[in-house]
Amino acid sequence: MASPSTTADVVATPSSSDSDNYLTHDKGIASWLLTLDHKRIGVMYLASVLTAFALGGTFALILRTELLTPGKTIIEHDTYNQMFTMHGAIMVFLVIIPGIPAALGNIALPLQLGAKDVAFPKLNLASYYLWVLGAVCMLTSLVTSAADTGWTFYAPYSTTTQTNVIPAAMGAFILGFSSIFTGLNFIVTIHKLRPPGMGWFRMPLFTWALYSTALIQVLATPVIGITLLMMMVERTLHIGIFDPTLGGDPVLFQHFFWFYSHPAVYIMVVPGFGVIGDIIPVFSRKRIFGYKFIAVSSLAIAFLGFLVWGHHMFVAGQSLLAGSIFSAITFLIAIPTAIKVFNWITTMYKGRIHLDTPMLYALAFLWVFTIGGLTGVFLAVMSVDVHLHDTYFVVAHFHYVMMGGAITALLGGIHYWWPKAFGRMYNEKLGRIGAVTVFVGLNVTFFPQFILGSRGMPRRYYNYLPEFQPLHQLSTFGAYMLGVGFLMTAVYLIQSLRKKPDAPANPWGSRTLEWTISSPPPYYNFHTPPTVTRGPYDDYEDLVYDPKIKGYVEKKSGRAASA
Amino acid sequence: MSDRAPEVAETPKSSSAPPPAADHGHAHDDHGHDDHGDHDPIHAANPHLAHHFDTPQQQFDAGKLGIWLFLLTEVLFFAGLFCAYTVYRAMRPEVFVYAHYFLDTRLGAINTCVLLVSSLTAAWAVRNAQLGQHALLKLNIVITICCAFGFLGIKYVEYHHKFEDGLLPGPRFAPTEQVWELPSFKAKHPEAAEYAERLVKRAEKLEGSKQGAAVPAPAVLGGAAPTSSTVAGNPPAAASAAATGSAPLAPGAVVEAKPELPHGTTTSAGTSPAETAPEKTLLSETTQNGEGRPTLEQVEPLIAAGVIGPKAENRDVPSRPRNAHVFFSVYFFMTGLHGIHVAVGIGVWIWMLLKAMKNEFGPNYFGPIDYTALYWHLVDLIWIYLFPLLYLIH
Amino acid sequence: MSEHAHSSAHPEAAHGDGHDDHGLAHTTPVWLLVSILGLLLLLTVLTVSVTSFDLGSEGNLVVAMVIATVKAALVVTFFMHLLWDKKFHLILFLTSVLFVMLFLSMTTTDRGEYDKDVEAFRAAQAQLNRK
Repeated sequence: MASPSTTADVVATPSSSDSDNYLTHDKGIASWLLTLDHKRIGVMYLASVLTAFALGGTFALILRTELLTPGKTIIEHDTYNQMFTMHGAIMVFLVIIPGIPAALGNIALPLQLGAKDVAFPKLNLASYYLWVLGAVCMLTSLVTSAADTGWTFYAPYSTTTQTNVIPAAMGAFILGFSSIFTGLNFIVTIHKLRPPGMGWFRMPLFTWALYSTALIQVLATPVIGITLLMMMVERTLHIGIFDPTLGGDPVLFQHFFWFYSHPAVYIMVVPGFGVIGDIIPVFSRKRIFGYKFIAVSSLAIAFLGFLVWGHHMFVAGQSLLAGSIFSAITFLIAIPTAIKVFNWITTMYKGRIHLDTPMLYALAFLWVFTIGGLTGVFLAVMSVDVHLHDTYFVVAHFHYVMMGGAITALLGGIHYWWPKAFGRMYNEKLGRIGAVTVFVGLNVTFFPQFILGSRGMPRRYYNYLPEFQPLHQLSTFGAYMLGVGFLMTAVYLIQSLRKKPDAPANPWGSRTLEWTISSPPPYYNFHTPPTVTRGPYDDYEDLVYDPKIKGYVEKKSGRAASA
Repeated sequence: MSDRAPEVAETPKSSSAPPPAADHGHAHDDHGHDDHGDHDPIHAANPHLAHHFDTPQQQFDAGKLGIWLFLLTEVLFFAGLFCAYTVYRAMRPEVFVYAHYFLDTRLGAINTCVLLVSSLTAAWAVRNAQLGQHALLKLNIVITICCAFGFLGIKYVEYHHKFEDGLLPGPRFAPTEQVWELPSFKAKHPEAAEYAERLVKRAEKLEGSKQGAAVPAPAVLGGAAPTSSTVAGNPPAAASAAATGSAPLAPGAVVEAKPELPHGTTTSAGTSPAETAPEKTLLSETTQNGEGRPTLEQVEPLIAAGVIGPKAENRDVPSRPRNAHVFFSVYFFMTGLHGIHVAVGIGVWIWMLLKAMKNEFGPNYFGPIDYTALYWHLVDLIWIYLFPLLYLIH
Repeated sequence: MSEHAHSSAHPEAAHGDGHDDHGLAHTTPVWLLVSILGLLLLLTVLTVSVTSFDLGSEGNLVVAMVIATVKAALVVTFFMHLLWDKKFHLILFLTSVLFVMLFLSMTTTDRGEYDKDVEAFRAAQAQLNRK
């Protein structure tokens, strides 16, 4: 059963600290800044994305603090507008869209494919520097007169406001290219660099998710590029495309913007699906149920995501005909999404569940994302959306799916791949506490917002009626809890890096290829690509836990898991 | 699945082979990724083969897929502009009819041919690279670059003419000539051109015979009008401003004039709701002067171009359609963005030329030429659509 | 969906003849390249001369677009090598075109639907201003 030509370099030794790995292989700052190693690029992305998350999160805390009282609490109204704009822009463009693909995908994808690197390593590094450049542009807007248009940059306000919109838009434009090149890279990697024996339906679900995401990235992102470019040209040269006083059409801007931004939300969440799809079978010690359905559903979501952008524009002036079409197709997206959720739950049924930190995040995901996704269906109903549009209901919906979906999955993936990437185990107890805190904090923050929205509290409002205050205060309390949870997580994760490497090759007992090599991996990943003879979630029963190394090994050979 | 290199025995530490030349899209990590360089015969025989690919075929195929994906993104990138074009042309056809008289079809056609020839030389260059025909390869690249410069040169000439003629995007749109004064208009619609001139003269006479506001000369109309049109794009608003006496230069001192059509003609340019009451207007005065009703040939091209009629900016004197500048905004944006892509293409071709001069390409390594040529063909493709859409409007 | 690379059994053996399949990729013969250029130039002349006939504004546009599409198809099939290339690249290209069509059609249709409201508003404003 075990393939004879295994590529496991580590034979049941507790750590690879003595042997060379990608972290220790080259020293010096230049070896990091000019690296072409996808793992190092992934680590740099991870650090950068989490830093941006901290910045965006700080803005969120300030916003929520401001909302403790109906009038002014700590900041002025103009500052408030700028802050929610930058919070949104940073979170969307700097954190969630790159997040899982660029950070976790870069670390894990070639390893899952038994490859030595992505298809275009230089392009990969270029993607990272484009991210940095985009971030710098956005921060330029931040420290000068930050944009106050909302992250959606609607014209004609965005083309006429006095705040510094152009750096923010330029930042988003540049980040778009970072996203496109990452997607392009992954598509070619998955097509061309799979190992012998790994047909499409033997790829891990994380790979499938990254593939679907990459397709969206490549097809949709150019449209936001041209949209932002048109908006910037309109702002500077007043050419008259979106501004009605110049002969333009503001609804056209919204069509252009949402043609990308709706598929963008699938860029944000589909990789999360992939992470969950990899975590659940491992921690249930049971093969995934309905593998093909989950794999294909990612593609279906990617495709359908392009057909529904008008559901953001039901009250924008769009025609009723278009609205009805978009509404109907939006319902359809619930189907492949639900298929995933049902299959994951069925996977856990009669499995042997291990409630390690990654699994806690996966379970949190199931709960929070389901709520978020279902409320999306509520909003898809045009007649309901007419009342809920631009209220806190929408804010709660997208935070449930983005925070509860993408961020929870990002955290789960970070904890899952942390031992592999850094060769250290974090403190499991703190990990669980952090996961529970985040989960509770999420719900306390955002569930009241559903109620606020359905009772009429508009979004992006600085002042509000006193009747909404108790719910706002509850939500703010939840936000602080979230902050505490994230801070705690950051602390114990960084603490773990100061230990000596102690992680085994396969601490979780997974069957995907990245766990057949040492933790951390050698800089070259695999000497030769392993020949794959089984599916990515097969034969967990052949792996047995070895307490000496605190990891799983093959029953027969005693080696770490093989292909 | 592609071939794999045969399993090689692990070696503890390998001396690093000299890093192969860096090339478009393929990595070579000079920090020792190339531990197989001197042990793997395929990598040893192919200095351009990156360490993470096993065979030149795999590398070439990966690059091909990569460039096609990139071309996909370029198509979607231009799609936004094509969408803006489509929407505006569908909703404001008169703006496009008006504007096309200002464009030089000949120059556009020459540019099309120039790009097509450059596409040939690009495709030919790929063949040269595949067959290791170094001299021809360099020649074809040079010709491609020359054609590209030619294209940009002609574009520069066109843009220069436009700037001189005041055809700028946005509120700076101020044509120095009226559309019916253009040779292209006169050639196609001589009666209409002459009729428009007559109308203008009549308008001047009418203005001169009324008290009060100074009459702006027709040529200035194009320049003065934006101030009123940009406010509301709505001549009646300008008329009402004139009624309050706040804008002495506002056209249409005939304040009560309702928008109208010459009597007895049909218009193809949409309806004029509830505004056909025959009032004392400029044009009705014209017909009442006993010159008979204007003919279809005289009037229809003017209405189609929004010079007179319900889509015109000024209801009382021939001018231009509302928001005429939108066409030129779209024109400059589309051709400008395309031109930037041509310029980038020139840069990449020069890079390829430098590599070709070192005879780097051959049957086992011609990917970069192929990918550059594909990009170039896409630039040509976009122009193939831009040309009829912008220059061949009828 | 798994990709099969061309045989790389003899990567060095690219031959000089036109229809070569032994190298990394097919080589296009020169006579074909030049003929396609000829066709393209002819079609360009055609598309310019057609504008002298009046087929109604829609008619001219349709003819122009048809000719442009024929030219585009020639460039894509022969110059860009898709005729001899992997099917997947063709699928990718057609997909992008499909998405562009989707984008254009939904947006234009929608704009057409609400344009009546815009015009009605303008007319109402005009009425108001005239009073």
